[in-house]
Amino acid sequence: MTKIDAQGLYYRDLNQKIREAVAAGATEIVLDNVNGQYFIGDGINKAVTITINGVPGNDLAAFMNGAAIIVNDNAQDNIGNTMNAGKVIVHGHAGDVLGYGMRGGRIHIRKDVGYRVGIHMKSYEDNKPVLVAGGKAGDFFGEYMAGGVLILLDMFSDEPEKPKHGFRFGTGMHGGTIFVRGGVDEAKLSREVGVFDLTDEDRIELEGYLKEYCDDLYIDYAEVVQEKFVKILPRSKRPYGNLYCPMPR
Amino acid sequence: MIRSQQPTHYFQKDISNCGLTGFISTAGNLVEGNVIIKSIALMHDRGNGLGGGFAAYGIYPEFKDFYAFHLMYENGMAQQLTEEYLEQHFYIEHYEEIPTRRTPAIANPPAFKRYFVKPLQTAEYKEAIEFENMTDEDIIVRHVMLINNEIEGAFVVSSGKNMGAFKGVGYPEEIADFFRLEEYKGYIWTAHNRFPTNTPGWWGGAHPFTLLDWSIVHNGEISSYGINKRYLEMYGYLCTMLTDTEVVAYTLDLLIRKHGLTPELASLAMASPFWDIIDALPEDERQLLTAIRQCYGSALLNGPFAILFASNEGLIGLNDRVKLRPLVCAKKDDFVYMASEEAAIREICPKPDKVWTPRGGEPVIAKMQPGVI
Repeated sequence: MTKIDAQGLYYRDLNQKIREAVAAGATEIVLDNVNGQYFIGDGINKAVTITINGVPGNDLAAFMNGAAIIVNDNAQDNIGNTMNAGKVIVHGHAGDVLGYGMRGGRIHIRKDVGYRVGIHMKSYEDNKPVLVAGGKAGDFFGEYMAGGVLILLDMFSDEPEKPKHGFRFGTGMHGGTIFVRGGVDEAKLSREVGVFDLTDEDRIELEGYLKEYCDDLYIDYAEVVQEKFVKILPRSKRPYGNLYCPMPR
Repeated sequence: MIRSQQPTHYFQKDISNCGLTGFISTAGNLVEGNVIIKSIALMHDRGNGLGGGFAAYGIYPEFKDFYAFHLMYENGMAQQLTEEYLEQHFYIEHYEEIPTRRTPAIANPPAFKRYFVKPLQTAEYKEAIEFENMTDEDIIVRHVMLINNEIEGAFVVSSGKNMGAFKGVGYPEEIADFFRLEEYKGYIWTAHNRFPTNTPGWWGGAHPFTLLDWSIVHNGEISSYGINKRYLEMYGYLCTMLTDTEVVAYTLDLLIRKHGLTPELASLAMASPFWDIIDALPEDERQLLTAIRQCYGSALLNGPFAILFASNEGLIGLNDRVKLRPLVCAKKDDFVYMASEEAAIREICPKPDKVWTPRGGEPVIAKMQPGVI
């Protein structure tokens, strides 16, 4: 195990140290006293586990391809931008624009998430990204979502008085699946999406995602599945196809 | 480590955006400038060295009954004309240079002076009070607008009681060093790290923007600047700072001080919900928000923003209604913190009692406890 003390370290120097440790063959790296350093884990192609003690800065795990990052505190904005493979586990809450254009791997957040979570997530063949948020979400959940899976649990929140999710839910969504524990507020859904019951296949798929999530965050799976889940799907693969000029079918 | 391949691109890019941070001790505890400097310096990379600034409240207790005018002079003539103007209209209790430190980071700074003043009972003053229905505050606003607009090279950086703004071209920690901010103590501090996008990086264009004891720091851009500016001009506010954020300071002065709106209602006017959301509200709220949007359509701020606005009453954080800029808040004992990044709060408050992110258009209001100032 390689330990790096990030106290007062500039982000560029910290990331240089991480890359050097990865290149030297480290499989476990622990970063202590992290506070606000940007770009941690970006573009790392190896199956290394990076544990972060402290609050990492924006753009954590962007372009990441196979590494695992465990954050033992809260995290900030833009986690997993265009992430390809690997996993991010956050034991606190996280900010806006999580999983932007994500195309593989897992993001597991224990508590609340911000605005525009899962924006433009996509999938192709075996590459299927999954983002699970254990708390509440802000507006534009699943905006322009093109593929992959978003799961919202509303179980662990720092702000229990807030609604489960915000407005404009699924705006522009044209692919992928969103599962929500305990139902959604249909008045806040965008016109592009509809609410459906789970099929048996969905249940098996969801069970796999949730068990992995519960293992990572030490959560009791039985409690998670006490409530019924609903599925949100886009009504159309081309929601704006007729916006300017109706197209022949 | 030997690299077998040369990179095909130069990957280093200047990735920047504005950063802001602020805190309040609602119990009126005075905090040294070092604390806010530490917080904003953590977000060094959100700016590009073309603007940094601070607002501090509670820093002039010995002159707290006087308006503290911070003046910036680009030339000697501006100073001479301004001082003649001030002497004509104000009783000046005390004046001095604002202490600065020559540092290599700051090139060609303008001159800074401060004046602790009260309006003189001139014939013009009596006319305004007795026949124009104006207050002392209105008169101060009129003088600030006149100096900024008509004396070339003179700008009022701040004009409130027991507060001051310190700003200029440089990274915020360099500006803090220049103004020796570690020597001040205040119960509210805000700070800004600027990455100018649409408007020039000059000394007057750095944040905060102020009027009376209002101060604004802003991350984003006010796309509705033209509408807001023309609306404010009808009420005698003149925009002279060549940047969008200025309208926020004047809008708050108009809505809260002149029209008597609460900070909550003023926030709803500036970042009001969309019509479809208003229409779905319970009837009394629907009517209230409809009325606000109808009355204050021209005060609506469009475009992405996160702002902190402060006065001697408290500190307020507000996002645009679709939250296109970050804002994180935290509480610890009598302190409330607001910043662009949680790390900037953790840098000065490692273990907050609560950390949360407000929703778009939802103001976070931290008021001074009654009777502490």
